[in-house]
Amino acid sequence: MDARTRRRYFVNSLMLGLTGVCTLLTVSILFMILGYLVWNGGKALDWAFFTKLPKPPGEVGGGMANAIVGSAKLILLASAIGIPIGFLAGVYLSEFGGRTFPYIVRYVCDLLNGVPSIVIGIFAWTLIVVPMKHFSGWAGGAALSLMLIPIATRSTEQFLRSVPLSMREGSLALGASKWRTVASVVVPASMTGVLTGMILGVARIAGETAPLLFTCLGNQFWSDGFNTPTASLPVMIYTHAISPYDDWHRQAWAAGLVLLVLVLVSNIAARLIMSRGTAPGS
Amino acid sequence: MASSAAAIPQAAKSKSFVSRMFGGDQIAFAITWTFAAFILLITATLVWQLWVKSMPARDKFGFEFFTTTTWDPPGEKFGALPFIYGTVVTSFVALLISVPLGVGAAIFLSEMAPRKLSNIATFLVELLAAVPSVIYGLLAIFTLIPLLRTIGEPLLQSTLGFLPFFDGPMYGVSFLAAGFILAIMTFPFIISISREALMEVPREQREAALALGATKWEATWQAVVPHARLGIMGSVFLGLARALGETMAVTMVIGNTPTISASLFSPGSTIAASIANEFAEASGDVYKASLIYLGLVLFLLTIVINGLARILIIATTRKGST
Amino acid sequence: MNRNFVVRFALPAIAVVAIAAGVAHAAGALTLTAAGATFPYPIYGKWFDTFQKKTGVQINYQSIGSGGGIAQLTSGTVDFGASDRPMTDDELKKAPAMHFPTVLGAVVASYNVAGNPADLKFTGGALAGIFMGTVKKWNDAAITSTNPGVKLPDAPITVIVRSDSSGTSFVFTDYLSKVSEAWKGKVGANSSPNWPAGLRGKGSEGVSGLVKQTPNSIGFVELTYALQNKMAYGSVKNAAGKFIKADLASTTAAAAGFTKTMPDDFRISITNAPGASAYPICTFTYLLIPTQIKDAAKKKAITDFLTWMLKDGQGEAGALSYAPLPKEVVAKEVTAIAKLK
Repeated sequence: MDARTRRRYFVNSLMLGLTGVCTLLTVSILFMILGYLVWNGGKALDWAFFTKLPKPPGEVGGGMANAIVGSAKLILLASAIGIPIGFLAGVYLSEFGGRTFPYIVRYVCDLLNGVPSIVIGIFAWTLIVVPMKHFSGWAGGAALSLMLIPIATRSTEQFLRSVPLSMREGSLALGASKWRTVASVVVPASMTGVLTGMILGVARIAGETAPLLFTCLGNQFWSDGFNTPTASLPVMIYTHAISPYDDWHRQAWAAGLVLLVLVLVSNIAARLIMSRGTAPGS
Repeated sequence: MASSAAAIPQAAKSKSFVSRMFGGDQIAFAITWTFAAFILLITATLVWQLWVKSMPARDKFGFEFFTTTTWDPPGEKFGALPFIYGTVVTSFVALLISVPLGVGAAIFLSEMAPRKLSNIATFLVELLAAVPSVIYGLLAIFTLIPLLRTIGEPLLQSTLGFLPFFDGPMYGVSFLAAGFILAIMTFPFIISISREALMEVPREQREAALALGATKWEATWQAVVPHARLGIMGSVFLGLARALGETMAVTMVIGNTPTISASLFSPGSTIAASIANEFAEASGDVYKASLIYLGLVLFLLTIVINGLARILIIATTRKGST
Repeated sequence: MNRNFVVRFALPAIAVVAIAAGVAHAAGALTLTAAGATFPYPIYGKWFDTFQKKTGVQINYQSIGSGGGIAQLTSGTVDFGASDRPMTDDELKKAPAMHFPTVLGAVVASYNVAGNPADLKFTGGALAGIFMGTVKKWNDAAITSTNPGVKLPDAPITVIVRSDSSGTSFVFTDYLSKVSEAWKGKVGANSSPNWPAGLRGKGSEGVSGLVKQTPNSIGFVELTYALQNKMAYGSVKNAAGKFIKADLASTTAAAAGFTKTMPDDFRISITNAPGASAYPICTFTYLLIPTQIKDAAKKKAITDFLTWMLKDGQGEAGALSYAPLPKEVVAKEVTAIAKLK
């Protein structure tokens, strides 16, 4: 083997090694994140975290019960708004649309998806907080729903489209009308995929902080209904992490762990369902 | 297809008025159309609100907004240059780190690794995209910043200190820290989409190169990667678009100082971070309008970059059709 | 009852019912929203917690900075605001409000220096130099000259200031303007000054957090933050020439000279106070109550709180190292409460 060939083989092995190292680095980051959060968050989790309200700054103890419930409320509201809109718009794009209007809707949907979350926060502030003259869960939930709609729409459309033409034609041949076909045949067939798309979307908005900063502000008490400022896990993590109080840091780790576990479990579950699921061609 | 297929069964039966009203395809069409149109409406309202509410700032500063460096709330003089600089620098640093690593990992996962390992690894990397920004920030404050301040930055300064980028006081919170954390946040996009683009390259390309005597790496680098370069570029743009709009992780590690400095160790600020920090306390129309003007600028920037990314990705990968 | 039914009807129904229940539950305790200064956040947090336990009224206080408090008050999105610096006449035109001092606090120069020197002494000039960036190292003459015998490292000073519009910044720069002509000319007294140097933290919390984590740093925060986080802070030379460390006594002494001259609207600056034992960087901190409160229940809650605060609340201040208000000021405020419509 001459020198040149030896060099070529050397480069080959080197690059194989290097790219492997790149992969190892990037994959291990996930484990490092998880490991760090489990270690620090696990130490900090206690029963008080889930059941108590926050204490005044500087006092040790207390928990984030109101933030957990607050986040749940905001996510619920956002889903109640965003999922129906996204679902029905997705149905339109996949089943009923023509050429130009759906094209425009898709383009605008992608546009909305790309809007930075802080800008969504500004929009919700001008649209809801200013006219209402107070911060509220309505504004926070609405901001989150704006982020959910594009995800819900596109994933619904994607999974509806993947239902084979033969199923639709079979239904129509049996005498069902178009909407009946969609409702009773197409949607159920793609339901697994659509649901997992929704789960992924909801997991995404569960961790969003920026849109909540000046829409639902924060609250050290329970927030009644949606008409008052609402505490939320992501915002609590932020304020507690940048504070000087060690006890607040501890609680931030705990909250981070809870949030991460929720988000990761939803993502893993959704992806596992999708990969072994019924939607062909995805 | 819809109208012809629907017309036949409907004509065969006589239906009651109610069922004709509520059972019709027309109703279904109308309802779903309304929701689709709502998306258009809400997005249009968003753009319109951004435009209108930023008018006081646009009227007062015009295009000078982009070239002035003073950010003086009490004096009501606002210039966006430090934030634009910060946004550009952090995104650039992020891409500098994540593109080589990401494309390298994508090449490994698509060409070198066995399929099963590749799928599992990609699954894990894609999970990184699901981690909320604030958690990246939380981790960065307590791990990355001290690490940078005690080991990373001194190391860089001692080896590369002659460059203006690695000169200057080292605080930990810096452009560099923000760039680092943004790099981690863009990995999933670059790896996942580049890998898709590489896997789309026809087998014949690889086989032809190998048949000519190329080593595996040579075949990959000279035959496969160029074929997938549009998709890879698209993934880079997508990662860039994400990095531009990132708020929480950046604001927790960048130091929030409107400065323009060649040193990467200097604290700075980005557009998104400045809005997050100052919006709640912006009193006075011009102050708020300036922040909204910044938001508008960021919005337009991300549209353009996302658009470019879509074009490149649609052209080359399966994922593009979604 | 198949999966179709569950997904398309039951789940949305559950969501709607849950939200309706959430909304219906809204008829609970009276809640007020307040926002503003981070300076008194520890004592306000304690007060609102105690007040809620006592009366059931929930006052949700968000510490976003004095500038934020004034901004939110002006846009009408909070029921009342809080600020360390009094509102200017222009600001009052946009948002007519009354100032109610709550406590006295001290702004301290908290530091994190290698070797942990316990009690550094700073002159006003030295502080001005540090925050202007002219005094760059810890072993600079300006600092070593007032701290003989203390081993100060040959390390650059990392200055930490406020990123947000802050009453604490205003008080600190007000003091620096009074003791340093150079500072007055270059930066002046401002809530969002053009800081010549330094890292920025959000709120007093952010600044203390950064000082705690950054070696060889110095930042200005309210005294309670330094104490709660066991951070070192220095004595400052006062107008009478003595180096005073901030505490309850020196803060109270600072206000003592101004009780007779307190204006009716309570807007006053007490930095660089005369008196041998006065700490020179003190301030009243204010609640900004709109002069007209439309909601009768909220108005009652606010006046109840103010009355409670001026009586029982003052007793809780000392434990957190805020000085209670002088008796004359309390009396004046009690009569002022009646002016709220």
